Amino acid sequence: MDIKLNLQNISKAVNGKLLLNHVSFAVPEGRIVAIIGPSGAGKSTLLSLINRLQDPTGGAIYLDGTNIQTLDVFALRRRVGMVFQQPALFPGTVASNIAFGPHLSGHELTRPVAEFLREVGLAEEFAKRDASRLSGGEQQRVALARALANNPEVLLLDEPTSALDLGAAHQVEDLITQVCKHHGLTAMWVSHDLEQAQRVSDRTVLMVSGRKIEEGNTASFFAQPKTEIAQAFLAGEIGVSKLQGE
Amino acid sequence: MTDLSLIFSVSFIFIAMVISYWQNLKLEKDLAIGAVRAFVQLTAVGYVLKFIFDLAKWQYVIPMVVVMILVAGRNAARRGEGLPGAFVLVTLSIALAEFVTMTMLVSLNIIPFTPRYVIPLSGMIIGNAMVASGLALNRLRSEISSRRAEILSALALGATSRQATEPALKAAVKAGMIPTIDAMKTVGLVQLPGMMTGQIIAGANPIEAVKYQILVQFMLSASVGITSMLVCLLAYRQFFTRAHQLRSF
Repeated sequence: MDIKLNLQNISKAVNGKLLLNHVSFAVPEGRIVAIIGPSGAGKSTLLSLINRLQDPTGGAIYLDGTNIQTLDVFALRRRVGMVFQQPALFPGTVASNIAFGPHLSGHELTRPVAEFLREVGLAEEFAKRDASRLSGGEQQRVALARALANNPEVLLLDEPTSALDLGAAHQVEDLITQVCKHHGLTAMWVSHDLEQAQRVSDRTVLMVSGRKIEEGNTASFFAQPKTEIAQAFLAGEIGVSKLQGE
Repeated sequence: MTDLSLIFSVSFIFIAMVISYWQNLKLEKDLAIGAVRAFVQLTAVGYVLKFIFDLAKWQYVIPMVVVMILVAGRNAARRGEGLPGAFVLVTLSIALAEFVTMTMLVSLNIIPFTPRYVIPLSGMIIGNAMVASGLALNRLRSEISSRRAEILSALALGATSRQATEPALKAAVKAGMIPTIDAMKTVGLVQLPGMMTGQIIAGANPIEAVKYQILVQFMLSASVGITSMLVCLLAYRQFFTRAHQLRSF
């Protein structure tokens, strides 16, 4: 299996505070890697380094073996799509949201809007709807379609279902996993929901206080965590504050 | 107007002070400071203007205008507190608005390049540009902070920082220009502008005063447009890194 993303010794400090501390791991091509950990672990910060919404203060990230610092930042961001917790759709129609990415670089959509809508489980009529008038679940579907319109190779998912109600959350979760499998996308999925991480991912990385504690195949990680911290975290025995004090 | 009647006008300040004391607004001190400053500043400017007008030499115009621009820039830059380079970019924007507008006024022979015309009109251009740039800068900050999620989404889709801030920029430029446009719509109906009122009281023909007022109103829309746009185009860059990353303030 080829390595799609390789994170080597990543550190990130903001105003003297260390948010990420020498994090290294690799993401195999076409796999979904769940990033779990208590809040303040640096999961979202880590994700934002992959498409250079922020830069690390130390270490390097490689995409297909190339240091992302040497790539054109816009080209990188088109190759690495992102779905946030909040869909943050732009004012206008659903269709204009989906076409946003390709239009930026002066391109037309590679496929008709209806096809993108179908892919995210929305009817063709949604194209002309006002984006601000959709339900939370529908908005997140449009946000996913908007990211897919750039034909990304990697998808960064920052708690994409945690702002949704339970029903919509499950549907969007299923949808994202289907889309990833269908396109063979490599994905990094930040989640605070351990059951979700088990359902969606091939591999899991546990982070606490900016450090990688443990990583492994999702099934074996959840069945037999090796480190004491991972065992305590999965058992819910140790509170977040105590973990952060480690 | 006699000096004695000017002294009587202090009673107006007393009315405001009584209201403040009565309603417990605690504005008495500010009112006193404001009144003294207005008296001192205006009197000083009066003598400076009289001196410059009596000399009637254009060389004296430039330092005066430069001082006005610097003071206006410092004042408006406060609206962009914490934004690196706020003073420089605001001052530059106001200076360019003054330069463009004044160059047009003089080169189209609308006014002669003499202190009597250039200084008062510059004061109006710079004063309005100051208010407009302060409003625009303030709005730009609040738009960028309230649209943070939207801006990050746009950047993540491959937008440049300029493309990602387009809606925020539009809102901010508008915020700078709208008071002047609104004033243009209601001028004469709701209020008679200070300059026109002053001219009429000082004995000018109302028709002549109105001509100048129309000129001023049109001139201000240009200068306010230039400043608002320039201040926003210069300021938005400060919110991003070179790699088109949104800074956190």
